[in-house]
Amino acid sequence: MSTDISISNGANLNLKGLASMDLEVAKKSLNYALNPDDFFGLTPRMLVKEGDQVSLGQPIFHDKSDESIKIASPVSGKIIEIVRGAKRKILNIVIKREGDRIVNFKIPALSNIGKDKILELLVESCSLAFIRQRPYNIIARPDRLPKSIFVSIHSTAPYAADYAFILKNRMDEFQTGVDVMSRLIDKPINLSIPHNCESDFTSLQNVDIYKIKGAHPSGNESFQINRIDPLNSGEIVWVIKPEDLANIGSFFKTGIYNPKRTVAVSGDSLKYPKYFDTVIGSSISTLVDSKQLSNSEDYRFINGDPLSGTKVQYSDFLGFYNNTLSVIKEGNQFRMLGWLPFLYNSVPSFSKTSFSWLLGGEKKVNTNLNGEERAIVVTGEMEKYFPMDIFPMQLIKACMRGDIEKMESLGIYEVVPEDFGLVDFSCTSKIEAQEIVKSGIQIMLKEVG
Amino acid sequence: MDFIRKQVDVLKKPFTKGGKLEKLYPAFNAFETMLFVPDHTTSKGSHIRDGVDLKRTMITVIIALVPALFYGMYNTGYQYFIQTNIEFTFLDAVLHGAYKIFPMIAVSYAVGLAIEFAFAVYRNHPVNEGYLVTGLLIPMIMPIDMPLWMLAISVVFAVLIAKEAFGGTGMNILNPALTARAFAFFAYPTFMSGDKVWVSEATNVDGISGETILGTLAANGEVAYSSASMFMGSIPGSVAETSVFFVLIGALLLIITGVGSWRIMLSGVIGASVVGILFNLWGANSLMSFEWYNHLLVGGFAFGIVFMATDPVSAAQTTKGKWIYGFLVGVFCILIRVFNPAYPEGVMLAILLMNVFAPLIDHYVIESNVSMRRKRWQGVKLNTT
Repeated sequence: MSTDISISNGANLNLKGLASMDLEVAKKSLNYALNPDDFFGLTPRMLVKEGDQVSLGQPIFHDKSDESIKIASPVSGKIIEIVRGAKRKILNIVIKREGDRIVNFKIPALSNIGKDKILELLVESCSLAFIRQRPYNIIARPDRLPKSIFVSIHSTAPYAADYAFILKNRMDEFQTGVDVMSRLIDKPINLSIPHNCESDFTSLQNVDIYKIKGAHPSGNESFQINRIDPLNSGEIVWVIKPEDLANIGSFFKTGIYNPKRTVAVSGDSLKYPKYFDTVIGSSISTLVDSKQLSNSEDYRFINGDPLSGTKVQYSDFLGFYNNTLSVIKEGNQFRMLGWLPFLYNSVPSFSKTSFSWLLGGEKKVNTNLNGEERAIVVTGEMEKYFPMDIFPMQLIKACMRGDIEKMESLGIYEVVPEDFGLVDFSCTSKIEAQEIVKSGIQIMLKEVG
Repeated sequence: MDFIRKQVDVLKKPFTKGGKLEKLYPAFNAFETMLFVPDHTTSKGSHIRDGVDLKRTMITVIIALVPALFYGMYNTGYQYFIQTNIEFTFLDAVLHGAYKIFPMIAVSYAVGLAIEFAFAVYRNHPVNEGYLVTGLLIPMIMPIDMPLWMLAISVVFAVLIAKEAFGGTGMNILNPALTARAFAFFAYPTFMSGDKVWVSEATNVDGISGETILGTLAANGEVAYSSASMFMGSIPGSVAETSVFFVLIGALLLIITGVGSWRIMLSGVIGASVVGILFNLWGANSLMSFEWYNHLLVGGFAFGIVFMATDPVSAAQTTKGKWIYGFLVGVFCILIRVFNPAYPEGVMLAILLMNVFAPLIDHYVIESNVSMRRKRWQGVKLNTT
């Protein structure tokens, strides 16, 4: 059974250098790292010290406010460094790969496994970190089950990985993950797939399939949740990335925490942008060959897609949730009279004040801001890239003021910062919508919880 | 380009941090960013950005204003020469108009930008581009013979009171250009209405006079112009408001580029037409029986609805709100024209009035969204209990 959903509004950014459907096993990284900033709303408390030996699947740190929220080591090795920044904030926990120690769990037969046992295993194996809870997009809390669970195969962000390709050889593990999670909530998982998807997702059990038609950001779960089973005040839903659900399935099959990551490495400067089979926290240098790039200083490495990813250095590591690694040119050049309309049409623009929209084909991008930040003047443009019954500009202004009541009534529970990626991109006044919404959500998390 | 860039970098030095002129950096920055889009890269949020910025948006509006401004120059000369019975060519008319209008534009920009720069330096924020449009709009909606010092004072009032007092660009409630006109209208009424202000040199040369069509109608006079000349704009009026044809060219550019809201323009025309038709049916005086389509052609209606009502800061901000706002601008424009002969032109007051009500319109549009969400929440609570 499948339901068709069409999400109008939004736009696709067709960027040059999208990873081709070609999978290579990445060489094994020497060091791996976990960055607590990958987990929104989590304050880390270390469970290991520098010099400690750790096993694959062993908890490295947990959330200060909830000990059941634990993050596991993606590899067997030794903690060689805990990198700290200002105010001793933990930036990276670096693990050197060595040995072959693995934390093993005994999994009862899946046919009669109980809810409590599933939750216990998820918590103990640290696989709970693969599940995120809305509102706020924090790691799921095991003390309260959601009203439904959403998984989106449909990904629309520029350079976003194709989950159908990633799951091609993991359908078995994916099905196990689906089975376990649907057992937990006693109903099918909501699975969104692209309307033209040719893969065999339709043969899956325990899923309600939604065929989504629409441009970016229709691939973001928020917009799908809003159409399928909207989130109301006081309710929670869980969101799982497809590969993470396969990892959960793999755990319930083998009893071993699975940190597998298939990453689409994209960028117009790369010779062969393609997919790599690797592990969470791998060094970026194992995915991008520096010989392909003239000088790594001139490039920006992004954990995630260019609209909502996190900036990292070449010497950094792959993020926890990232199926996409983007490499784009830094744009620190001046452009003479670059603000004149209908000039510089090669700079991507949705605005009709340049001919960019008329020119088809793949676009090259860089990180230039293309202007300076200004007060919000133009109205009605954010709504074009925000296909939900929420007023984005008014919500952003409420977040700026930190007005809890307004944020709540304007729908803050239903959004995450990534949903404002295209709003950021297209804004004439160059405001930082994602940052503003993030700060709003932080206030809500602290004050309302 | 590299050579120019290097020169700019040399000039920039004293204005950067630690330099002698550090405090004046916003002023320098305004000139620098006019010449070059800066080398700033994204630091937070999306790593890639659209090529559009506020400068480009504002320049698009200025380009849209040029046809009406050019025709305004020609018409200024044309009205003058046909009254003085001097033989003239097209070029003569344009030159006469340019001679009268350019000083107005220069004064408007000089005074307005001086205040903008002063505030930018004082508050240490970049100079916003909004005044580039306002500064051109103000001379375009004034009578041609307005003394330059009055224009300057109107600009000061508009920028200080209507804009900076509220926090600058993006924060104002009233459209600054219309505030300048409203200020002049009430402060210097003899220079803003009557039959001696609409034609160039009418105040100096005895033989010249010219009443606007709406003024004539308000005095129960006969209109001597055809609909065609109302459309093309060879009639007396404020500098650039007369030609609906050239305003429409600008409107087309605004709509195609998406810079001006077509919703506001369309709903404004609908609002004015509906009320115009109703008055035509009533027909108690010459203003009421003035054909509804002519109402759309005369006075500043077209110019106002295309360039003033669509100002995104002072207009309604929500889509639904824009429809309501535009419609009511049209309705009030004709109502004021017909019911208040002391103000023969209603579009200025109609837009200012709706500027004030725009936040209220938005409030109700947003409230309906909020209560929709609340109802959904309550529905869920009822189901679970």
